[in-house]
Amino acid sequence: MDLSKATFWGYKRANGRVGVRNHVIILPVDDISNAAAEAVANNIKGTMALPHPYGRLQFGADLDLHFRTLIGTGCNPNVAAVVVICIEEGWGKKVADGIAATGKPVSYFGIEQHGDHDTIMRASKAAKEFVQWAGEQRREERPLKDLWVSTKCGESDTTSGCGSNPTVGNAFDKLYPHGVTLCFGETTELTGGEHLVAARCRDDKVRARFQFMFDRYQEVVERHKTSDLMDSQPTKGNIEGGLTTIEEKALGNIQKIGRKCMVDGVLDKAEAPTGPGLWFMDSSSAAAEMVTLCAAAGFAVHFFPTGQGNVIGNPILPVIKLCANPRTVRTMGEHIDVDVTGLLRRELSPDAAGDKLLEYMFRTANGRLTAAEALGHREFVLTRLYESA
Amino acid sequence: MIHFVVHEEGDGVGVVVVEGVKAGQELSGWIMEDDKDIKVVARSDIPIGHKVALKDYKPGDTVIKYGVDIGKVVATIKQGEHAHVHNIKTKRW
Repeated sequence: MDLSKATFWGYKRANGRVGVRNHVIILPVDDISNAAAEAVANNIKGTMALPHPYGRLQFGADLDLHFRTLIGTGCNPNVAAVVVICIEEGWGKKVADGIAATGKPVSYFGIEQHGDHDTIMRASKAAKEFVQWAGEQRREERPLKDLWVSTKCGESDTTSGCGSNPTVGNAFDKLYPHGVTLCFGETTELTGGEHLVAARCRDDKVRARFQFMFDRYQEVVERHKTSDLMDSQPTKGNIEGGLTTIEEKALGNIQKIGRKCMVDGVLDKAEAPTGPGLWFMDSSSAAAEMVTLCAAAGFAVHFFPTGQGNVIGNPILPVIKLCANPRTVRTMGEHIDVDVTGLLRRELSPDAAGDKLLEYMFRTANGRLTAAEALGHREFVLTRLYESA
Repeated sequence: MIHFVVHEEGDGVGVVVVEGVKAGQELSGWIMEDDKDIKVVARSDIPIGHKVALKDYKPGDTVIKYGVDIGKVVATIKQGEHAHVHNIKTKRW
């Protein structure tokens, strides 16, 4: 596929980033603001609440990650405008100020000294203005390099490693030379293949940063493990699908970064990249957590290969599912956007499979809803680093 | 018809990519990286996605897939048998 003149139709935001969706989100800062946020989203049609269970008495690096994830979610170019709701107004202001730096419309509302009724009324008025304004935003034709694409696989099996993951790798290899910003992660899921990722790092500085992130996560596993992690990593579903060890799972996982891309930089969780190229993000391998972190880092489209059939979606980041396992495509077809089962029948070449995924990527970017979007999968899952105070 | 695929030449296991493989069945395989054909006779019923051993293994041996170490053998495996968690374990964690 010749991508040298490729374009897509997206929403150019005030800060220059380009989104492929036009969401107005109602963002609770903490767990006890979910009810008001959901009430606002229910009042004002075309808005979407992003409820979650955290945000109280977090501290240190865990609190920093909480704010980075919420602010990043609001900053994502797939989001047109944001209403922030919180119990304590000061935290709401912090999140709203972070999002306002993009130039997009944002308002925040504290519940204390108002109660839910008054907060819902005030926030609903703002949400109504935002959703009407957002409806007048127009897509425009943008060069491919304006698209940010992330990847993470889930409910993997052996067909992921020989079919759907190499398909993402083929697509990444084709996107990379055109200045697209790309991301992968899943730190523990590189165990057994970490040397292969290290060898792909652009230079010693990037390699050292990657190794630091990898070792940091290994220490978490070593500190808390009570077994060899069987049934957790690999999961019961992975094992049911034929994956035997973490090493085997990791080697399949790494197929997603293709053969030509270099790892140009390393990101902490939910951290936004600062330039084009392939970025490694330190992250959980749990699907909803990792995709939420990708959305918070600013990615606009996500490639999600699955073997046994993970059904995940994200509220703001379209998740494109591809699968090479014929049983999964037969039994769970409504979840699969791109069928690459032909690869394992020797009927579809890796190059053609990569093109098939890219064609679907453009259709998704231009507005086609993914299966996960149509089915209402909006998993918004914040990563926690440790207990609240 | 392809019953199993092998990532690259030298790998000690292949991945069954069709449903219903039965013991005694002759299986046709495809070595993807080298675009070569390979055959093996199944000695176990093997579910789709699960691995078939392409050689004999004894406990302590290392299993190679993708040309890389994927773990250690903990129970004897004969060529054509089902290779999985009952006879292979991680070397990590």
